[in-house]
Amino acid sequence: MKKHHPGRWGFVFILPWLIGFLLFTAGPMIASLVLSFTRYDLNTIHFIGTKNYERILFDEPLFWKSLQVTVTYAFFSVPLGIAGSLGLALMLNQKVAGERLFRTLFYLPSLVPSVASALLWSWIFNADNGLLNYTLGLFGWGGVEWLADEKYTLGAFVVMSLWGIGGGRMIIFLAGLQGISESYYEAARLDGASAWRQFRNVTLPLLSPVMFFNLILGVIGAFQVFTQAYIMTAGGPNNATLFYALSIFRNAFEYFKLGKASALAWVLFLILLAITGIQFWASRRWVHYEGEAKS
Amino acid sequence: MKKAPLLVFLILLSVVALVPFIWTVSTALKDDQEVFAFPPRWIPETIQWGNFQKAWTALPFTQWVLNTLVITIACTIGQMLTGSLVAYGFSRFKFKGRDTLFGIVIATMMLPGQVTMIPVFMIWRELRAIDTYWPLILPAFFGGGAFNIFLIRQFFLSIPNELDEAAMIDGASYLRVWWQILLPLSAPVLATVGVLSFIGHWDDFNGPLIYLNSPEKYTVSIGLRMFQDSYGNETNLLMAASLIHILPTIVLFFFAQRYFMRGIQLSGLGGR
Repeated sequence: MKKHHPGRWGFVFILPWLIGFLLFTAGPMIASLVLSFTRYDLNTIHFIGTKNYERILFDEPLFWKSLQVTVTYAFFSVPLGIAGSLGLALMLNQKVAGERLFRTLFYLPSLVPSVASALLWSWIFNADNGLLNYTLGLFGWGGVEWLADEKYTLGAFVVMSLWGIGGGRMIIFLAGLQGISESYYEAARLDGASAWRQFRNVTLPLLSPVMFFNLILGVIGAFQVFTQAYIMTAGGPNNATLFYALSIFRNAFEYFKLGKASALAWVLFLILLAITGIQFWASRRWVHYEGEAKS
Repeated sequence: MKKAPLLVFLILLSVVALVPFIWTVSTALKDDQEVFAFPPRWIPETIQWGNFQKAWTALPFTQWVLNTLVITIACTIGQMLTGSLVAYGFSRFKFKGRDTLFGIVIATMMLPGQVTMIPVFMIWRELRAIDTYWPLILPAFFGGGAFNIFLIRQFFLSIPNELDEAAMIDGASYLRVWWQILLPLSAPVLATVGVLSFIGHWDDFNGPLIYLNSPEKYTVSIGLRMFQDSYGNETNLLMAASLIHILPTIVLFFFAQRYFMRGIQLSGLGGR
């Protein structure tokens, strides 16, 4: 029996995506590359060569600031978030009573729309009447200006991001864990492996493709934080939360420097491409695909 | 009994996850004075149900909710329909360049939206579609997003080909196979895509922020932002308004939950 139908039709069925891809992705990507070599304010356009890039790299402290803010945020929120999601998934995978109820409860925070979440956390972080300072006050700490003191704002953003560890990422980890055949663990136990060694030598390697998936998308997501910064701090105080995406938005839609904003966007794209490329390269050392021999 | 400490820990974590909700609800139900009472009271002295009505009528939330529903439902339908159609093409047919094209689908998941944002804005501006819903709705009808295509394709691959072939022997067309064989069997993944799509568009802030200018056309997310500007000091009302924004996603999730979790699990994201 033939396995596939005549291909022509397949091509017809993927046309919506293909047209959308050309119209809304490929075309605009090229256009934004071209724009990045111009000065454009929605009315007049001038070709200025690589001036936008030169300015960004050598003459624009805010670019480096926004990069530093975003990288710092990603550096803390991504590993902590992945560890948190994995931790939750491991606990829920222990066949405890009420697993489904817990799973639902942990998932709820990720259902909160980002604007509502930003407003809700602004109130929690409120220095005078917020819940966080009140709770810390019970232990004799507190009085922190979470969103007004530049030492703490980024930390506050990381804390807020951890509220979502029970979301889609955790579900994906859990599905990965439930897909690991019990026979691997039985074999490991026969060899006298401790719980830790089972985790280290069975769970982690078999879960590494899921981990890799979450890592790649986690880094990309962290580089695109926008709404929270726009709503909660407007990039402040003193640009301490000037996330990269916020900086692009401002240049494009507040200062109408669309050429420069395009250059910023392409720099972001190249940075993410490099980071993702390095992750793919490094993954050969730690990501284990089943059916593939690895020592 | 080794599980008892784990259970206690999980209960503790659930409380931590829920406290921000409880705090929000509690704030939303307090009067102006009690919001700033110290130490904070969890249960308001007199429960101010009227806050919800005040928040709702202070700005045109009825209009905004309707606007958002129109956009969100249209986008959800568009993503489910065209996403499953594209997934059908990728999962059931062999044609030249298919695997390369599917690789591109996956690669676009890693593309930061900022790279395309400005030219796409310029296209809609050329088409005089700024301050309309077209820029927010129409893109959803072009394949429905890479992740959705991926999810649905994975699911279709798990449905035996023999079913399609039997139907085709009976004279069914390709579109009919898609509509009458594959879609009815794909409830879990379609529910998953539907919920994710609904939540994603209900939540969308960046799109409406860029494209909508007239307050009467606003969605809840930018309406809420406007509410923050005008009533930012009335924290109880702000929290009541935020809850209006939160509630629909949670209600939807509870209805679709049974399918939703299974949809992600069955779609093979479990690592294989």
